[in-house]
Amino acid sequence: MTFSTRTPTLTRKSHLVWRSIKRSRYLYLFLLPALAYLIVFNYLPMYGIQIAFKYYSPVKGILGSKWIGLDNFERFFHSYYFGRLIKNTLVLSFYNLLAGFPFPILLALIFNEIKNQRTKKLVQTVSYVPHFISIIVLVGILNLFFSQSTGLINALRKNLGMEPVGFLNSPGLFPSMYVWSGVWQHAGWNAIIYIAALTGIDPQLHEAAQMDGATRLQRIWHVNIPGILPTVIILFIMEIGRVMNLGFEKIYLMQNQMNIETSQVISTFVYETGMLNMDYGFSTAVDIFNNVINIILLLTFNQIAKRVGDYSLF
Amino acid sequence: MNAVIARKKPGSREDRIFDAVIFVLVALVMLITVYPLYIVVVASFSAPMDVISGKVWIWPSGFNLEGYKRIFANNDILIGYRNTLVYTVLGTLVSIVLTMSAAYPLSRSKLYGRNAVMFLFAFTMFFRGGMIPTYLTLKGMGLYNNLAVMLLFGALSVYNVIVARTFLQNTIPNEVYEAAEVDGSNDLQTFFQIVLPLSMPILAVLTLFYAVGIWNNYFTGLIYLKDRSRYPLQMFLREILVTQADSMSDGLEADMNKMLVQESVKYGAIVISSVPMIILYPFLQKFFVKGVMIGAIKG
Repeated sequence: MTFSTRTPTLTRKSHLVWRSIKRSRYLYLFLLPALAYLIVFNYLPMYGIQIAFKYYSPVKGILGSKWIGLDNFERFFHSYYFGRLIKNTLVLSFYNLLAGFPFPILLALIFNEIKNQRTKKLVQTVSYVPHFISIIVLVGILNLFFSQSTGLINALRKNLGMEPVGFLNSPGLFPSMYVWSGVWQHAGWNAIIYIAALTGIDPQLHEAAQMDGATRLQRIWHVNIPGILPTVIILFIMEIGRVMNLGFEKIYLMQNQMNIETSQVISTFVYETGMLNMDYGFSTAVDIFNNVINIILLLTFNQIAKRVGDYSLF
Repeated sequence: MNAVIARKKPGSREDRIFDAVIFVLVALVMLITVYPLYIVVVASFSAPMDVISGKVWIWPSGFNLEGYKRIFANNDILIGYRNTLVYTVLGTLVSIVLTMSAAYPLSRSKLYGRNAVMFLFAFTMFFRGGMIPTYLTLKGMGLYNNLAVMLLFGALSVYNVIVARTFLQNTIPNEVYEAAEVDGSNDLQTFFQIVLPLSMPILAVLTLFYAVGIWNNYFTGLIYLKDRSRYPLQMFLREILVTQADSMSDGLEADMNKMLVQESVKYGAIVISSVPMIILYPFLQKFFVKGVMIGAIKG
């Protein structure tokens, strides 16, 4: 091709582009508020990540502070906390996953056997209730029930002649308190997706199984469970991808000086060093470290989910 | 569907045993779900001494409204309530406007550069500035201790944008847009005259999720607010339920009477803060499943 023939095609192309942009001008107008939001609340803060590589001075600000390379990261990797934080984060996550994952499935299988549709709906609606309780109220209820001096559980134990237990202050019990209160709160809600998967199973399969003389238990085992298995596997893979992504809010509220040995995780450490100790650069370094690991895990397991079940987040 | 099949063999012994087992399991699940909440309500009306000595298990014991009286005598909960109501109503409105105005163009196949824009949105789901950079940036813009931060922080959930976009794509076929265009309606008019009236289910779901999220949120207040007069309800609840519980278990020899009243206050505070949810729950519940299912459509 010669120069002279290429130029007109290019202009024609850019002309077409311009026309399609002009054609959707109102649509761009619609996008403006959300884009402005993303810039202010998401993209500008990303620019502030550089303080992880700086010695942050409030006087000099984000831009003016001195570069110190990877010092903050090295400080974290060599700190006393590093091993403990990784361990606590992983222990809580995996415990949460292994204990929390089967319950919604069990609930769905049980609820699915309720014959009366109105009862079934009522039961389901009730099972969602805890999901809508705020984290503060949930932790408040835990404190009221499990406190060593005034808790209901310990009052019962005392009445039965047993020693009171410091459920809330024990590093050994903290993971269980955290995980099982979560199971109580979310199992009913998380069952929704499996209940939907169960209603999607072809009724002919059940009829055929019944012709062959299968009992209801056998039908659960040979029809229902295989029917929801793809959903189960995919959700499980996705959950594993989130193991290092442990939320801050509930753990922070349940944390105290007595259980800190097992309750200190990366996200609470970021808050502690950043917001409380104002060690901004260091806190950001820890945060980035965690974020990068999360992305790697998520992309890896998303890829696996894609391969296994033709399903992915993006 | 199962119900239909099961009815074919109504009287079999095995079937009845199976139903009995299911009944017991369901009853157990319901008991575990409801009982802790029930006991909180009962304890809030009982004498605190009876509660902490383990006498309250089924009915209130020693009827007592001291906790509620204290809550209403102190302004904190009322201020928190007022603030949270304002934050929830306005914040939900802001969230929905942001979400729908992003979801609509992203659902249109004719939007030039749609994938690039979608990437800009999706990227923020995975990579974040993090707690401190976000805090410093917003503080630098004067949003610290500013009421606007309560309405804007976290107002746009990209996940919800994707859910809403999926809903619009599945509800409104391209032919509708083409027909509207032939009739001389521009994208702005199309949105208000065609898209919005068809979006009621997704609007209900978004309202539910955003409103509950804002009502329950304490994180924004914890990080970005200084003035107690602006605290949302959850921040006051935190003081009552969590922070003080901590100092109390230190074994300080506080006045016994004071401690007992505190216990009543805690139970009462939980009940009072949950009243709106209890009232709205029966009306909202039909949207729950719909919400989760719309979100899962992507598949």
